[in-house]
Amino acid sequence: MDMQPSDLTCQELVELVTEYLENCMAPDERVRFEAHIMVCPGCRTYLEQMRQTIRAIGQLTEESLDPTTRDKLLALFRNWKRNG
Amino acid sequence: MGAGAVRETTHDTGHGGGDETQFISALRAGDEPAFVELIDRYHAGMVRLASVFVRDAAVAEEVVQEAWVGVLRGLHRFDARSSLKHWISTILINRAKTRAVRERRSIPFSALTVDTGFELFEPSVERERFQSDDADQWRGGWVSFPQDWTNAPDEQLLSQETHNHIHACIDALPASQRDVVWLRDVHGLTAGETCSLLRISEVNQRVLLHRGRAKVRLALELYLAGK
Repeated sequence: MDMQPSDLTCQELVELVTEYLENCMAPDERVRFEAHIMVCPGCRTYLEQMRQTIRAIGQLTEESLDPTTRDKLLALFRNWKRNG
Repeated sequence: MGAGAVRETTHDTGHGGGDETQFISALRAGDEPAFVELIDRYHAGMVRLASVFVRDAAVAEEVVQEAWVGVLRGLHRFDARSSLKHWISTILINRAKTRAVRERRSIPFSALTVDTGFELFEPSVERERFQSDDADQWRGGWVSFPQDWTNAPDEQLLSQETHNHIHACIDALPASQRDVVWLRDVHGLTAGETCSLLRISEVNQRVLLHRGRAKVRLALELYLAGK
């Protein structure tokens, strides 16, 4: 298959990243996507940034707790420990 | 949705394998510091997750406390087929749904409100960053490539300040995008689980997820560029 740059533009590609990462693309679409990524450093960077973004979002649940809530939860824990 | 629901392999599991096993043993043994670590890590996120189903902040807080009781009682049967984080989220979602039904609200708010999460086309990257249609060549190509983030070390991506920034960005998303990003990327639910919880189609789910992620990426790009 002969790849023309016009086959899939960068502007179109950025809209397809989640579809690509979710493995929901038709096989020929996937070929077009990957062919573009191979020759386009800008879109490679964009794809990698989306992966980094997803990883960073995945780390989000670590937040500090206010002392009142912590005490309440610790009371639940101690109660559970006492009663099994 | 069972605790052993299939998880997508790419998602972060919090603690890695052996480490998590030890952590769970400590919890089962009633180790208080381990519990403190657990609530520090998950409680705030759980409250947000509960708010997908119950509007009232105090009720969400209550539901999460109920879920913690459920977690403690269920610890002995947790079998590590799913990650701890995913298992806890499942318990919480079940409680939150029960509570929502009791309050005659079984559909998440985002499904009830018309917001701009899906109706309008929102480009993932601003149009000005691509060559216009009347350009001589490279129509739709980058005007200048995005700066790669390898110079921003992972530590910066993982810093508390960056986290706060990402958090604020997710909070500012339209509700439907926020819920999907929250369930999929923060809590590690699968696409199928997310669709059935939010009662949306696979395609909607994916579009909402993409738009949410794209906005967070853009916010990170500006942030890392010091803008």
